[in-house]
Amino acid sequence: MEKFILKYFTLIRTIIAILVGMIISVVLIYLISEMPAYSIKQFFLGPVLSKGRFANVIENASPMIFCGVAIAIAFQAKQFNIGAEGALFISAAVGTAFAVSTGMPTVLHVIMVLVVAGATGAIWGFIPGILKAKWGASELVASLMMNYIAYYGGLYLINSHFRDKDAGFLVSIRLPETAWLPQFMPGTRLHLGILLAVIFAFLGYYFLYHTTSGYEIRTTGNNQKFAKFGGMNIVKVIVLAQVLSGMLAGLGGMTEVMGIHRRFNWQMSPGYGWDGVIVAIIGRNHPLLIIFAAFFLSYMRVGGQILNLMADVPSELVLVIQSVIIILITAEAFLSTWKNKITIKEAERVEVANESVTQ
Amino acid sequence: MSPLLSSIFSTGFAFAILRVMTPLLFPALGVAVSELAGSINISLEGIMLMAAFFGVIVSAFTGSLFLALIAGMAAGVMMGALLAYFHLKMKADIIMGAIALNMFAMGMTIFLLYIFTGDKGSTSSLQSLVFPSIEIPLLKSIPILGEIFSGHNILTYVALLAVPFFYVLMFKTPLGLRIRAVGQNPHAAESVGINVDKIKLYALMLSGFFGSLGGLYLSMGYVSWFSRDMTAGRGFIAIAAATLGGNMPLGVLLSSLLFGFVNSIAIYIASLNVPSELIQMIPYLVTLIALAVFAMRAQRIKNRVGEIQEHFDEDAVKAVVKDVLKTGGES
Repeated sequence: MEKFILKYFTLIRTIIAILVGMIISVVLIYLISEMPAYSIKQFFLGPVLSKGRFANVIENASPMIFCGVAIAIAFQAKQFNIGAEGALFISAAVGTAFAVSTGMPTVLHVIMVLVVAGATGAIWGFIPGILKAKWGASELVASLMMNYIAYYGGLYLINSHFRDKDAGFLVSIRLPETAWLPQFMPGTRLHLGILLAVIFAFLGYYFLYHTTSGYEIRTTGNNQKFAKFGGMNIVKVIVLAQVLSGMLAGLGGMTEVMGIHRRFNWQMSPGYGWDGVIVAIIGRNHPLLIIFAAFFLSYMRVGGQILNLMADVPSELVLVIQSVIIILITAEAFLSTWKNKITIKEAERVEVANESVTQ
Repeated sequence: MSPLLSSIFSTGFAFAILRVMTPLLFPALGVAVSELAGSINISLEGIMLMAAFFGVIVSAFTGSLFLALIAGMAAGVMMGALLAYFHLKMKADIIMGAIALNMFAMGMTIFLLYIFTGDKGSTSSLQSLVFPSIEIPLLKSIPILGEIFSGHNILTYVALLAVPFFYVLMFKTPLGLRIRAVGQNPHAAESVGINVDKIKLYALMLSGFFGSLGGLYLSMGYVSWFSRDMTAGRGFIAIAAATLGGNMPLGVLLSSLLFGFVNSIAIYIASLNVPSELIQMIPYLVTLIALAVFAMRAQRIKNRVGEIQEHFDEDAVKAVVKDVLKTGGES
């Protein structure tokens, strides 16, 4: 038992953190709702009670997976990159601009648009990466600035050059049909991008845990000095992590445009980059766990929306729960006394066992 | 003169810059304190929201401006202390802790708003107070300066006074010295008996204090109500302003003025049907470039110091060796 707990300690702690978050949500709903039982049911079960809503959960999870894996790769290299939001925004804008100004046969068009968007995101990751790696400039501040530059740059590009003047509100021209990602289930907006998100999560996993570059990224993140003495090129490793991170976030934004709206319709930044941070934390920077984490966050979000519509509880409940979960997961001291006790117990047990063998 | 230029060179525009700058300068000073202590606080967004909210609520329910001020400041300082607790005691990464706090503040203010008013949008149904605007006696009667500098909300003057206050606090008091020592080299600070955690706690509480004034200004000066998410990213712009200002008081003031200037221009331009996005982008671009230049310069200095030390040591060793050889080690 002790052995099991120690082996899966971080996972157990994550699950406990999520449970605590859930308990707090129940308490808060009880405090404020006039019909708590109904509200709680809507929050926890609402998303699975209708096909449309469950489809919503999956749709929203898609950009979260892209951004989550993007952030995770940067976090694994200990790079505090909060630039996924900007990379996503500018890549979707540039990709849209490219898609509406070129004509190609369908599959090729889709691929080329994704390449352009991914490359834009990669550039967005490269700049904070090189500034940090070469000169030690804070990647946190740099990526934050890149977010703003992306936001205003993207808006300028779309509003001034690719705006659909007949639409009545600020959106881009519709993407030509050759650049659409197909939706595969009638009555929902489920599209091929979701499949791509899962595929890229698997690729991200393979890259981080089964390639030399991935190993270098993780080693650099764990102990930069050790990595340096081990002969790794730290500058290259950090830049690579940031470039891949930006690329993935960019793909996340573009697939959203190509799969759901088929035009660039964001006047506000959609916030998926920040969701990526949350998802990466809950998924412990592991691309495969991030798939589940994204699904979980998206489920809570849809539950919160249902709560807002059907019951008398504001959907911001979800924000409060998120913050509690994040704190409990990132706080290394959370449950550490418990872990220490178990470690001591286990050590004593091993000692006793060893003694009985030697006697 | 074109309409744009004539509006930019009007006293009304200069007045607007100071108005727009106030809720940026306070949090920027807050970020600067935390940066000087070596623990960057990116939760100014949440701090301002909390202060803005509790200021309005307390003023509406007690009718006392003083209590509202205390409540708002307490909310901000508490948020700073909470971040310190997460970071120092619970060993959470300070950036993650701050991201969580921002979310918490955003969710909690809307949640409480709903409980207090039954509205999820704003406190417009409540009768809340605002801080007074003041005319400055002599300055008021000077033609152009009077129109620009007189008649502001009292918190705008507090913001301008906060700059010299920040300077004295950080550069002329023992606390400020300790905060900077901890920020520059925590191990060295610890070795001379400074309690690093305690100093970081104080710095983060100070950061919350500066931020709270920004929040109070937003909901009880800039406008006269609290609305959801009313900080609108100012807590993050403050990070840019602090960075661009090199975390130094005068620098932070100037960079906040720049951000205030650009935001005011954007408002004017929007009415002229000219794309304002590129102009709004400029300060962030400038900040990014400044960040890069600062970093390059810091690294050059570091390398240079390293070189000097190397040479110095080498020469010193050589000199000692020579000396020993010459005298036979007797003197």
